[in-house]
Formats: sequence, structure tokens, C-alpha cells
Amino acid sequence: MAITGLLPDFLVTKLDYLANLTRKHSLWPMPFATACCGIELMATASSRYDIARFGSEAMRFSPRQCDLMIVAGRVVMKMVPVMQRIWLQMPEPKWCISMGACASSGGVFDAYATVQGIDRFIPVDVYVPGCPPRPEQLIRAVLDIQEKIQRTGTIDAREFAARSSYEGPTSLAREIGPEEAIVAPGDFTTATRLRSLKMTNDPPMTRQ
Amino acid sequence: MAAYLDTLTARFPGAFTTSEFRGDRRVIVAADKAPAVLLGLLRCLKEECGFDFLCDVAGVDYLNYPGAADRYGVVYALTNTTTGGRVFVKAFANDPDPVLPSAVPLWQGADWLEREVYDMYGVRFDGHPDLRRILMPSEFTAYPLRKDYPLRGLGERHNFPTITRAES
Ligand code: SF4
Repeated sequence: MAITGLLPDFLVTKLDYLANLTRKHSLWPMPFATACCGIELMATASSRYDIARFGSEAMRFSPRQCDLMIVAGRVVMKMVPVMQRIWLQMPEPKWCISMGACASSGGVFDAYATVQGIDRFIPVDVYVPGCPPRPEQLIRAVLDIQEKIQRTGTIDAREFAARSSYEGPTSLAREIGPEEAIVAPGDFTTATRLRSLKMTNDPPMTRQ
Repeated sequence: MAAYLDTLTARFPGAFTTSEFRGDRRVIVAADKAPAVLLGLLRCLKEECGFDFLCDVAGVDYLNYPGAADRYGVVYALTNTTTGGRVFVKAFANDPDPVLPSAVPLWQGADWLEREVYDMYGVRFDGHPDLRRILMPSEFTAYPLRKDYPLRGLGERHNFPTITRAES
């Protein structure tokens, strides 16, 4: 007797669920490796730790083919426009992992050229602590992204529309005084141009 | 005393002083003499004394340094590729317009090295073919390795737009 006689030959589910199920098991990481964390990222992809077990082995160096950006390493001010452009080039739906102390907070590099956390400039979904994080931690982050997709994902990526405000550390707006703002032409779409921040009427503050 | 120092003393009397540190000879040119004699002194070292290789050009800011007479030091590390001997030429420059002659006519390799010193300290090199910033973005207005520039900068590192998730 054929098994088709026992089971219904149709499946009832939500489209969102189905989309999430397929998306979360085929994340294509974009390795944005700018420093030593990149070595750990490579180890995660190689045979010993083998991120392929979780469906994320297809690393592509073109953002057009990726949906998971892994920023591994410190990002300097000249790199910010590049990072933003690569993020914008990735097709929806997409997620971002900030890997390591440097990408998440600047790490030990509290210097004039190093960005103190990439979440000041692009949206981040999962942070990985460590200097560098162990490959297991990065795999944990991928699993967390999978869970996030399964829980919040929608087939037309509606959940992202609600995230319309700045998600970085709150000190950003208070860090630079109006008198110190650099006013230069251009914006991030033209390579490394600086621009002036929109200033609020906050009282003058002390820079951290 | 080394033979090249005799040559230098004969050619540029009173233009420099010398000192020694751990076996390495330094030739020090003060800020008031440097614009006039530095290029000739380097050329003499290269063409007459055999110091034919420029290893490095480095900058130093002597602001508030005990006993310092001039503010910006630019150090040329020269090597004699025949004997392996080394000499360090340290030339000084001062505010408001620190300027030294460029060594690019003597060593093509000085090009990027002098651009780096210019980028970090704001010392200009007269006669440099392409004196632009090499490390910092070209819109950057400060000279970050000067001692009076704060370690964390003046907010330049965060002077970029933010992309929110909804708009990306
Ligand atoms: S967090 Fe540590 S390992 Fe990672 S980029 Fe920074 S310094 Fe390197």
C-alpha cells in the first residue's frame, strides 16, 4: 500500500513560516573582514568548525549575492562610507552581525580614526563579544539570527519597516559639539566625504 | 670621527651639530638653517659620502619636550649600501608654516614617506611633486599626530550619516 494513502498530499502552513524556514537555513554571509577577527571568521568557515552545518557556508565577496553581513574587525572612518555602500548594495531581506569588540564598540582602539561601534552607522542584529570571538561564538550568532528570522520574519520583510529610528548608542548625538562639527560638502555616497551633523538644542556637552 | 663628517663639516661649516646614540650618528640641522642647507646636505651625503639609500622619513612633534628648541623634527634615515653604515639626519621646522625642502629629487622613494609626514604633522615639503594626504581622508583638516591634537580626535570619526534599518 502506498504511503500516499496514509498522509494528506497537501500541506497547510503560513507563507511567512515557509519563507522563514527556507531563509534561515540558507544565509549567505558577506565577509566584511577588516582586521584580525577575519581570521576567526575564516576558521569558522573551514572544516574544523564548519559553518556549513548550519547552512551558511556560501560566502560571497559580492554584496549583491549575500543576505548576512558579518563585520569582522575594526572599522576606521575612511571605511564607513564603504561599509554603508556595501550594506545598501545587499538585497533584502538582510541581516548584520557585528563580530568582535572592535566592530561592536571600537574595542581598545579609542583613537581619532576608529569608529566606536558600527551600529552608529548601520543597523546591527546580533553582536558577538570577544577579542576575537571563538568560532563557536560566531556559530551561536548565526543560530541566533536563524531564531530571529524564524520568530520575526515575514515573507515581504515587513518587520524591517518598523525599525525606522537610530539603534546605536545614545551618546552619539551628544558627542560632538556644534562648534566642532566639520562642515564639508558631500555625503556618504561620494566616497569619503564628511558632513555636518544635525544639531539639537542640547546644552554643550563634554566629549567622552 | 667618520670621514663623511669631515666632508660635511668642510662643505657646510656651522650648519649642523652631531650627536651619537647607541652607535648611530645623528646629524642635526636646526630650523633656521634647514630650508637653506638640508637638500644640499642630503645630496652631499648621497653623492659624495655613499649614503645612497633612504630607509625612512619620520616626523616628530617636540611640543613641550624638555630642552627642545624647535617644534617639528623630520628624521631621514640613510644607509650606505656598500658599507652598511647608517646616519640619521634630523631637520627641524617651526610654526606657523613648517616647511622643508623635499628629498624627492634625490630619492624617488621619499614621495610617499613625505606625504605621510605631511598628513600626520602638517610639515610641508617644498618641491614635492604631489603633496596630498596619504592616510587620512582628503577632507580631514587636522594633523592627528601633533601633540596638541586630542587622542580621540575632534569628533571626525563619527561625522557620518546613520542608515536606519527601514531606509536601507
Ligand atoms: S576584536 Fe580583537 S580580534 Fe577582533 S578585530 Fe578587534 S582587536 Fe582584532
